[in-house]
Amino acid sequence: MTDRRDFLKKSAQMAAALAAANALTATEGTATAFASYAPPKSPPAAGMDPVTKDLLMEGLNAAKSGGATYADVRVGRQRQNFVFTREHQIQNVVDTDSIGCGVRVLVDGTWGFAATRIMTKPAVAAAAKEAVAVAKANRMTRGNPIELVPTPVIHDATWQSAFTTDPWSVSVEDKADLLLKANAEAMKAANVKYIFSGLFFVKEERAFASSEGSMTNQVLVRSWPLMQITAVAPDFSDFQNRGNVVPPMGRGWEYVQECDLVGNAGKWGEEASQKLKAKPVEVGRYDLVLHPSHLWLTIHESIGHPTELDRALGYEANYAGTSFVAPPEKMLGKLKYGPEFMNIQGDRSQVGALSTMGYDDEGVKPDDFLIIKDGILNDYQTTREQAAWLSWWYKQEKRETRSHGCSYAQGWDNVQFQRMPNVSLLPGEKEQSFEDIVAATDKGIAIIGDGSFSIDQQRYNAQFGGQTFWEIKGGKLGGMLKDVAYQMRTPDFWNSMDMIGGKKSYQLGGSFFDGKGQPGQINAVSHGAVPARFRQINVINTGRKA
Amino acid sequence: MSPRSLYDPPALLSSDDAQALAKRALSHSTADAARVTIVNGSRGNTRFAVNQISTAGDNTDTVLTVRSEYGKRAASASTNALDDDSLKRVVETSERLAKLAPEDPEAMPELGPQAVSASPGYSASTAALDPAGRAAAVSRVTEPARAAKLVATGYLETDVGSFAVANSKGLFDYSRQTSAAMTTTVRTPDASGSGWAGAAHSDWRRIDPSELGEHAIEKARRSVNAVAVEPGRYTVILEPTAVGNLIQLLAFALNARNADEGRSFFTKPGGGNKIGQKVVDERVSLWSDPMDPDASANTFTAEGLPVHKTVWIEEGVVRNLAYDRFWAEKQNTAPSPLIGSLRMPGGTTTQEEMVASVSRGILVTRFWYIRPVDPRTILYTGLTRDGTFLIEDGKITRAVKNLRFNESPIFMLNNLEGLGPPVRVSASEDGGPGFAIVVPPVMARDFTFTSLSDAV
Repeated sequence: MTDRRDFLKKSAQMAAALAAANALTATEGTATAFASYAPPKSPPAAGMDPVTKDLLMEGLNAAKSGGATYADVRVGRQRQNFVFTREHQIQNVVDTDSIGCGVRVLVDGTWGFAATRIMTKPAVAAAAKEAVAVAKANRMTRGNPIELVPTPVIHDATWQSAFTTDPWSVSVEDKADLLLKANAEAMKAANVKYIFSGLFFVKEERAFASSEGSMTNQVLVRSWPLMQITAVAPDFSDFQNRGNVVPPMGRGWEYVQECDLVGNAGKWGEEASQKLKAKPVEVGRYDLVLHPSHLWLTIHESIGHPTELDRALGYEANYAGTSFVAPPEKMLGKLKYGPEFMNIQGDRSQVGALSTMGYDDEGVKPDDFLIIKDGILNDYQTTREQAAWLSWWYKQEKRETRSHGCSYAQGWDNVQFQRMPNVSLLPGEKEQSFEDIVAATDKGIAIIGDGSFSIDQQRYNAQFGGQTFWEIKGGKLGGMLKDVAYQMRTPDFWNSMDMIGGKKSYQLGGSFFDGKGQPGQINAVSHGAVPARFRQINVINTGRKA
Repeated sequence: MSPRSLYDPPALLSSDDAQALAKRALSHSTADAARVTIVNGSRGNTRFAVNQISTAGDNTDTVLTVRSEYGKRAASASTNALDDDSLKRVVETSERLAKLAPEDPEAMPELGPQAVSASPGYSASTAALDPAGRAAAVSRVTEPARAAKLVATGYLETDVGSFAVANSKGLFDYSRQTSAAMTTTVRTPDASGSGWAGAAHSDWRRIDPSELGEHAIEKARRSVNAVAVEPGRYTVILEPTAVGNLIQLLAFALNARNADEGRSFFTKPGGGNKIGQKVVDERVSLWSDPMDPDASANTFTAEGLPVHKTVWIEEGVVRNLAYDRFWAEKQNTAPSPLIGSLRMPGGTTTQEEMVASVSRGILVTRFWYIRPVDPRTILYTGLTRDGTFLIEDGKITRAVKNLRFNESPIFMLNNLEGLGPPVRVSASEDGGPGFAIVVPPVMARDFTFTSLSDAV
């Protein structure tokens, strides 16, 4: 998982960090709370090439002639590029390229799926026939037939994510040079002995066609700069890591440059070094001030996952689990998730966020929707199959029964299913910052960056660590603490929230590796957050002697 | 059903196919040295939820990776398009990247020809399981669950794959393997009880879906009306799956270089590593053997290096750590790669005998969402799930609410009270085949639970 920058105005070194962080945060004067940065002018995605279109049509025709009442065909190409280094040397340079076609069919109300890497019409037709055969084999266990809610037909649409510089246009020399310079800066700190750093890029071309006539072509780029800095005590009695320094984003090389790894690495190195001398935390209840670079992960685990509708209805019980936010009829409009000023939005529209896309893997144009409205559960994440399950609620609320556009497959060789959109804590009305919230806190702990994380299969009981922990005394940040983790019960935790930051304090965090499904599929997702304070949370000390 | 045009037989590359493909790729190479790895295979999977199949699918893929090197400069590129133009392009990409990459002082030269054993982990029965066979297996879980008015959810996956490495120094290694895994979670309709069962093996015939269904149904029934117990230190009986969940964490920490560099549990205070030191109870041994019939793994690495049995812990003493080729050469020892096979021999105490010997303790079916907390002690956190029971006066008396642990497999294996007969488990988080792990049930004292969970 990932993380970012620092906001502690404790020293000149930290002020420098603040300046760096500001480069990534809110732009003034934009219309929404979500302007993490000024949208770049990226070129429009090219229209679909005729060869791809032919393959999509071949798949649809073969599926229909096999007896499918609905089919969709996806041709996907995914490229990845990694450059990894340690200390003063390169470790790995890797470029991957995978292309193929996946066909999903509904036959007699039952799903089937098959995929092939062979990009010829006969191979795609064979995959379609295989998908039909899989669906027919599955018919023996069928109960209720699957139905899809209507969605507008999207004719030949294109979409491209926000990037100005394609990472594939940057030489490996430049990538390695940036990392090695950052490593050298981090290693200036006392006792910093080891660095792992890397750049991880993804570029996807996703072509889609459905038997209902929708056709979309999309291009997206994701970038993730990584650093983990290790300080080792001279007598080998201790070691400490500082990692997850900046979040991954749905952007290009320009984002890597904005992160200024070289300018920030010295500070991160100092923090790793300082962790060796940090004071072990005393167990007890504390007011926690959680920075957005930390809180995004708590949102992901304790709000994002339990409001996935398939989980709530038991479809993921064998791995990801079910949800405490169930059954929907007892929760929607009733569950008080948090205080009145708590609003949680699901969307795939925030510029630069990882889950942002023009169309989902069912050809649906996603909408922005409030999962939690004024502290009360208001909606779930849905696909076309799932939205119908909540039609009673949408009728009651005089809302349209529609998919929120959350269908996604990690690649051409996996079947699409419900995945998390960007799920974000909206800013409060009062414009206040992380520092303002610290200043309003008499005794507590501030946590920056995401660390260890674990939550149960219904998303009640969670435990989170962090990257750096700071004592708060009389509204001021004191010394650094270590071995800190907090334990929580989700509804109690969110209902203990009593302060949140304003628009200017809003930031995106996120992960390339949100896991769900069997076979396990990864999803890249961002979470916007503002700093927030939580009252009297149980803090444990995780340090034990071997 | 209709003929399986793409998948019957599964599109598995033979040794000759793989060698010919590797030669075609290497023929385009102009680098000082080049290596080709080929990962090929097909995966069939069937998911079920709410007593019926939800999604299922089959796919096949072949990924060819070329690593080109110029002196100490190297880079890799991969593709799954195998026509001549694509192969030429992937070689060119790796060469272009390699020429611009900085020198890697740790780069190791390509190996010459190696003698490798064929992996025992290929089973025709696994390769032959088709979508209809998977659906039939699923119904052997869902039908009894439906009849019992319970709700079954689960997953069945089979993988058939071949793996080959070839290089410009004449090395060519090839193996083929299969794996199968089936897991199920059975819940009561009111969500007050949940039970799990799972199995994995290279040979599908070693997995009995009906038996898995029965176990999960029984656990679901017994797990209702769970009571809260105080978090704290408990004597635990960990079923083999729960032991597998923790033992693999120990394997991940076996890296020799991290230990020598001072950033591992296996670092010796003052410097160096703990090879030769006793770190756990003397009844504990742990090894990896690719030829283990119940825990088979590939017999060579991605560099083409043959893999042999490696003993990590023998009678409580660290015998070896995982060395890559570079670190092994630097430390003047033999490379010992970590592979996806683990075996911990057990004892003769049955699980029933363990229960009978406990005055107050907790029986754990499995652990979940296990994440690292402190690498200095291999301390992890996670929770019990799908079958957690209170033991009182030698008997399993009732279900208890799930508990979060903060614990290290090292501490657990030092607090050992008993070991049972080892079995192959399915201990991956996502229910896929994962590491091939054979472990015993374990009884241990003072296992640290730090909080209660309301999750069922």
